[in-house]
Amino acid sequence: MTDALTIMVYVLAVILIIAALFAVKQKDLLLAVIGTSAISVVLSIFFYILQAPDVALTEAAIGVALSTIIFVITIKKTERHEE
Amino acid sequence: MVFYVAGILLVLIGMYAVLTKKNIIKIVIGLSIIDSGINLLLIAIGYVKDATAPIFSNETLKAADMVDPVPQALVLTAIVIGFGVTAVALALVIRLYDNHKTLNINKIRKLKW
Amino acid sequence: MRKVIAVLLLGIVGYYIFSSFLEIPFGENRATIGDYYLENSVEQTGSVNTITSIIVSYRGFDTLGEVTVLFLASTGLAAILFDNRGRKRRRQHASLIVRIGAHLIYPLIILLGAYVFIHGHLTPGGGFQGGAIMATGVLLMFMSYRSFEVNHKWLTYLESFAGITFVTIGLSGLIWGDSFLANVLPLGVPNELFSAGIIPIIYIAVGIKVGAELTGLLDNLLKTIK
Repeated sequence: MTDALTIMVYVLAVILIIAALFAVKQKDLLLAVIGTSAISVVLSIFFYILQAPDVALTEAAIGVALSTIIFVITIKKTERHEE
Repeated sequence: MVFYVAGILLVLIGMYAVLTKKNIIKIVIGLSIIDSGINLLLIAIGYVKDATAPIFSNETLKAADMVDPVPQALVLTAIVIGFGVTAVALALVIRLYDNHKTLNINKIRKLKW
Repeated sequence: MRKVIAVLLLGIVGYYIFSSFLEIPFGENRATIGDYYLENSVEQTGSVNTITSIIVSYRGFDTLGEVTVLFLASTGLAAILFDNRGRKRRRQHASLIVRIGAHLIYPLIILLGAYVFIHGHLTPGGGFQGGAIMATGVLLMFMSYRSFEVNHKWLTYLESFAGITFVTIGLSGLIWGDSFLANVLPLGVPNELFSAGIIPIIYIAVGIKVGAELTGLLDNLLKTIK
C-alpha cells in the first residue's frame, strides 16, 4: 500500500466510527437511519480496497438502497422522535 | 490492522445500542450495525498483501498472488441474510406499535393483553 | 447506572477480543482450501470467477438454503402485516422532473440488473446483486407514480418457476452425473459467454427469484401506509 492509500484508509476509518456514534446517540430517528446508510457506503469502499469486488457490489446494492428504505417506511408508520 | 480495530469498534458500538437504549427502532439499528462489523472482520482476515481479486480475466494471472476466496463467499450469504432478519424485525415493530401505541420497551412490558 | 455497567462489560469483552485478534497476522497467506479452489476451479468448473464457482458449484447446497431463507423472510413479512380490510395506496405524485427521469431510467436499471446476473461467471456480480438492482428499479417507479401497480400473481408465478428450475437442475445432476448439482452440460472454453455448464442457468434462476421476492416485500411494506 502506498502512502496516499494509507492516509485515505485512516480518514475513512475515522468517518466510519463517527457515523456509528452519530447513529446511536441521535434522538431524531431519521438522522440515525442516515448514519446507518453512511456506514454502509464507507463499508462498500473498504470492501473494494480489500480486493473483494463481489462483496462491494452486494453491500452497495442491499445495504445502502434497500435497508434504508425499509427503515424509513417503519418510521413513517410509527413515531419519529425517541420517547 | 486498522481494519481489525474498526471492525471490533463497530461490534462494540452496536452492542452498546442493544444493551442500553429503550426505543425499539434504536435496538434494531444496533443489530444492523453488529452485522456490518462482523462482515468487515471476516473480509479483513482473508487479505493478502500486494495481491489482486480472485478473477482470472486474462491468461497471465497466476493463482499464487490472489486473495483468499472463501471468506468472500461466506460474507456474500451473510449480507443477504442480515437484510432478511432486519426486514422481519421491522415488520414485528410495526405490529407492536399498532397494538400498544408506544415504542418504549419499559411500557410494553407492563401492559397486559 | 445501567450505562456504566454496560460500558465496563463491553470494555472487558473488547479487550479480550482484541488481544485474540492480535495473533492473526494481517496480510499473510495462510489458506489451504483457498489454494485448492484457486488452482482447480477453471479446469473443473469452467468459470473464471472463483467466487461464483464456489457459491454455485462447490457449495451449491448452501445457496439453496440461502434462497429458502429469503423466501421464508418475504413470506413471513407478508403474513405479519396481513390486514383484511384491503387498504389501497394513497400517495402523492412526485414532481415533474422526478416523474420524467424515472420513466427514462427505469428500463436501463432493469437491463443493468439482467446484465449483472447473466454475466455472473465472467465479471464480478451474480444472482443476488442483479436481483437487488432490479428491485431498486421497481422501487423508483413505486415512489414516483401514484398508480403504478405490480401484479402479485405474476410475481408468484415467476418466483415459483425459478425455484422449480433450480431444484430440477440439481436433480438432473443426480440422474445423469455423480451427485446433486453436478455439472452435466459441456464446459466449453473459459472466458466466453456460453461456458461453465449449468452455472449461468442457475444464476439466472436465482437472480429472477431474488428480484421477484424483494419486489413483493417492498410492495407489501408500501401498501400499509395510509
